[in-house]
Amino acid sequence: MSHRLHPLPWRPVRPGTGIGQLRKPNITFTDTLKNMKQIIEGKAYVLGNDIDTDQIIPAEHLVYSLSDPEEKKNYGKFALSGVPADGAGLPDGNNAFINEGSFDSEFTIIVGGKNFGCGSSREHAPACLKIAGIQAVVAESYARIFYRNSVDGGFFIPFETPDKLGEETRTGDKLIIDVEKENLINETTGKSYSLSSLGEVIEIIRAGNIFEYARQSGLIPSSEA
Amino acid sequence: MGMTITEKILAAHAGKDKVQPSENIWVDVDVLMTHDVCGPGTIGIFKEQFGKNAKVFDREKVVIIPDHYIFTEDKHANRNIDILREFVSEQDLPYYYDVGTENYKGVCHLALAQEGHNRPGEVLFGTDSHTCTSGAFGMFSTGIGNTDAAFILGTGKLWVKVPESMRFEFTGEFPDYIMAKDIILQVIGDIGVDGATYRTMEWTGEAIMDFSMEERMTLCNMAIEGGGKNAIIEADDVTFEYVKKRTDKPYTVYKSDPDANYYFKKTYDASTMEPVVAKPHSPDNKALVKECSDVKINRSYIGSCTGGKYTDFLAAAKLLNGKKVAVDTFIVPATTEVLKDLERETLEGKTLMEVFKDAGCEIGDASCAACLGGPKDTFGRTHGTEVVVSTTNRNFPGRMGSKQSEVYLASPYTAAASALTGHITDPREILN
Repeated sequence: MSHRLHPLPWRPVRPGTGIGQLRKPNITFTDTLKNMKQIIEGKAYVLGNDIDTDQIIPAEHLVYSLSDPEEKKNYGKFALSGVPADGAGLPDGNNAFINEGSFDSEFTIIVGGKNFGCGSSREHAPACLKIAGIQAVVAESYARIFYRNSVDGGFFIPFETPDKLGEETRTGDKLIIDVEKENLINETTGKSYSLSSLGEVIEIIRAGNIFEYARQSGLIPSSEA
Repeated sequence: MGMTITEKILAAHAGKDKVQPSENIWVDVDVLMTHDVCGPGTIGIFKEQFGKNAKVFDREKVVIIPDHYIFTEDKHANRNIDILREFVSEQDLPYYYDVGTENYKGVCHLALAQEGHNRPGEVLFGTDSHTCTSGAFGMFSTGIGNTDAAFILGTGKLWVKVPESMRFEFTGEFPDYIMAKDIILQVIGDIGVDGATYRTMEWTGEAIMDFSMEERMTLCNMAIEGGGKNAIIEADDVTFEYVKKRTDKPYTVYKSDPDANYYFKKTYDASTMEPVVAKPHSPDNKALVKECSDVKINRSYIGSCTGGKYTDFLAAAKLLNGKKVAVDTFIVPATTEVLKDLERETLEGKTLMEVFKDAGCEIGDASCAACLGGPKDTFGRTHGTEVVVSTTNRNFPGRMGSKQSEVYLASPYTAAASALTGHITDPREILN
């Protein structure tokens, strides 16, 4: 049997079917891409398989407010603090994601293995990575709640790759992701990798989050915000 | 082609006659549950998106159950309870089980069941990954994040991708030393921690239907540890009897069609099942209990939504009665109703509580406690290199507090047997 996680397709409900009067967002790809970063580049932080939410943000830290801008910084401070030292920043390990006393990371892109983000439904997990400065995660596959939270909450783009990116990337390598071309280049090694299509979930990513998507689709009146 | 029970429930809540796996649909939500860890974030997003004077979509359909960080001095954790109280008061929500009051319940997944919020055929979302527990009642239930929960608070709807279903059938009868926890650990060991990702785990067969509601909840509870979106067991007389005592709200019963399509089917002979553990640090790191007898432990922990129900403690008490534990043993009833059961129900003339106290166990207040570590002063939390045998659901690094501690997931029988000997012990050694 295949354990492969299929990219999440997104198909808006046609008018007259199901609930509401949803229609495809009245926006074009190029329009919305203006709001979406096209090129994501920066240093890679490499992690292994089955990185769970307790490693991403240990439960004892789930007490801080996500609404208060100052208090929220604590989530950056403790991001990935549950990862055991030998798995922190592969292949060597013992690479701090956040330096002592800091609230954000020098790394921009996380490279993960399979089943990234398994475990709890805590949205603090994708949130803490974003607060730490992460702009994209590229993994072999994701646990579904983490994937869904990343997209619906608009934290970052959870890319998947069929290639052996994790095995061939060292923590600290400079990576460049081209969102439109769906590819990733490791500038340090010169190797190029393909990213799996985001499928129809791109609609929510383009809109920004589930609320913006729903507004553009007419499910929520835009005056409610 | 027929439909599975999960497909039927989702179709009915999307106003459709039929749905198919991978289809994205908007469903009407019957119950939204949140707790103290994710409630404040959910409320924050709800206000930000729908306005500070916004009202929830239906006050009768929102259930708030503080249970995670309840008995702590941590000021941020206590502030989170204040945020819940203020929201409940402002929205006039009838289903709030406040800590420090007679109304306090404890762990949300069992409290939902005991307070009549689990009803066959309904759709329930919760801001906790173990929300899949409610599937034991023949309903669709799954965990979501704060953003999705805030969306439901404002609209009463959420989009879902219809999952493919995997069917696990157990024929015959389980031996009397086997508990539901052994079965879910066996299956997760077989399929892996992402073996059911995006899919339904549907449980069936006469051995499954012989289980109590508590045991069925244990089975469904850990579907998330296999990556599952939801777990489900068709409702039967056992379900109806349990629900009838707790709610008189009407509900609809759905069953899978004989010609429904499954992604995967596997049939097990229940009589051949053995007690199993999940070794550190993954729920799919399966081993037979009898193969681990050389593992010395220094703690046994019996509690949580997975292993802190009445039937879990009854099993543990059968082994501990009249004996003394060899290691620190923590007993944490999931809810206040379970606590009352421990104080009322008897075994050979002693209440279960007396059995545990006489055996030398430490008893905690009803809550999630150390299942997920939590603030430093949490009851039963690990702080060093403890080796724990635990009836909880996860043994990821640091899950119970310390990154250096090692957690073996096991049934209440195995946790109790091991507490008596100080090493991982097959319950048959004590039961016989």
